[in-house]
Amino acid sequence: MPDADHRIYLLAGAALFAIGFYSLLVQAHLLRRIMALNVMGSGVFLVYIALAAQTPGPIPDPVPHAMVLTGIVVSVCATALALALADRVQAATGRVELLDDEDAAAPSDTTPVASDEHKGKPSA
Amino acid sequence: MMRRLPLGILSLALLAALSWAVLSLPAKPTGLTEASLARLAESGVTNPVTAVLLNYRGYDTLLEVGVLLLAIVAVWSLRRGEWPTGDLRDRPLLLSLLRVVLPVLMLAAGYLLWIGAFAPGGAFQGGALLGGALVLAMLGGRGRRVLNHERLLRTGLVAGVLVFATVGAVAMGLTGGLLQYPPGSGGTWIMVIESAALISIGLTLGLLYLGGRPTGENGNVPSQNPSSHA
Repeated sequence: MPDADHRIYLLAGAALFAIGFYSLLVQAHLLRRIMALNVMGSGVFLVYIALAAQTPGPIPDPVPHAMVLTGIVVSVCATALALALADRVQAATGRVELLDDEDAAAPSDTTPVASDEHKGKPSA
Repeated sequence: MMRRLPLGILSLALLAALSWAVLSLPAKPTGLTEASLARLAESGVTNPVTAVLLNYRGYDTLLEVGVLLLAIVAVWSLRRGEWPTGDLRDRPLLLSLLRVVLPVLMLAAGYLLWIGAFAPGGAFQGGALLGGALVLAMLGGRGRRVLNHERLLRTGLVAGVLVFATVGAVAMGLTGGLLQYPPGSGGTWIMVIESAALISIGLTLGLLYLGGRPTGENGNVPSQNPSSHA
């Protein structure tokens, strides 16, 4: 078992991942889902950094550091792409949610211009 | 919602499994510190993180710079970029602050790139700073002339991948291994790659803020017209 100094970071990373996972499943709004994915990613980064810190030697393990460094930049870009896709979903369906099968079968049930629509970035 | 309870239980089970997994890790993992330090003298840099990024695992970083390019290409093909509406142009104090801060940020980005060879820093940190500077400039309504110069932007965006791949190919011709630099000159090759990567990373991160391909001409998007991109 890792020592007490690092255990807290490892457990916090696991908790962040689980919290993000729960949000990803429960939240319908795409912006919240994107944020949930980012929270999950932060949990993974935290675990990596904690693992790097507890390796023996004069310095923290540079390999996980390098992986987190690239991971952060990739997650920023993935988030930007996800936001652009969410905007296209809104432009196409009028909602910032993915349609379930039953929604798609009976689109008349839904109110297309929901109040959520203009909460995000003002669209031009 | 009815599904919340089972999903909550599922998430708690995941939390328990992950906690068990991280707690069952060895107390003293072997890690790769020793292996990284053993050949550090040959890598051309003295910062082990930079050595991992651009020498030992250079192909990882090459692919990653490719991922950045892919992200911006995808975003550009999905949407037209919108000029930030809540800009700073009507705030003279902030604008004059920008005039001082922007050059400093550029200088700091260059410094981070250079220091990355010896200490924490490098193309990613410098690129993040450059991207932030670009966002600030766009919020202040500056840099429109650069942003409307699309060929310049495209060149900057692909520079990282292009230079990285070229260096990889040239190094392969010289040593027979992809991204395996000739002995003794690793530092120079790494600096060339990182300089190009800095520009591409900074531009990518900054331009992603626009959320799409910059609109041409005067950069003004017809505002308050929700149907324009439907």
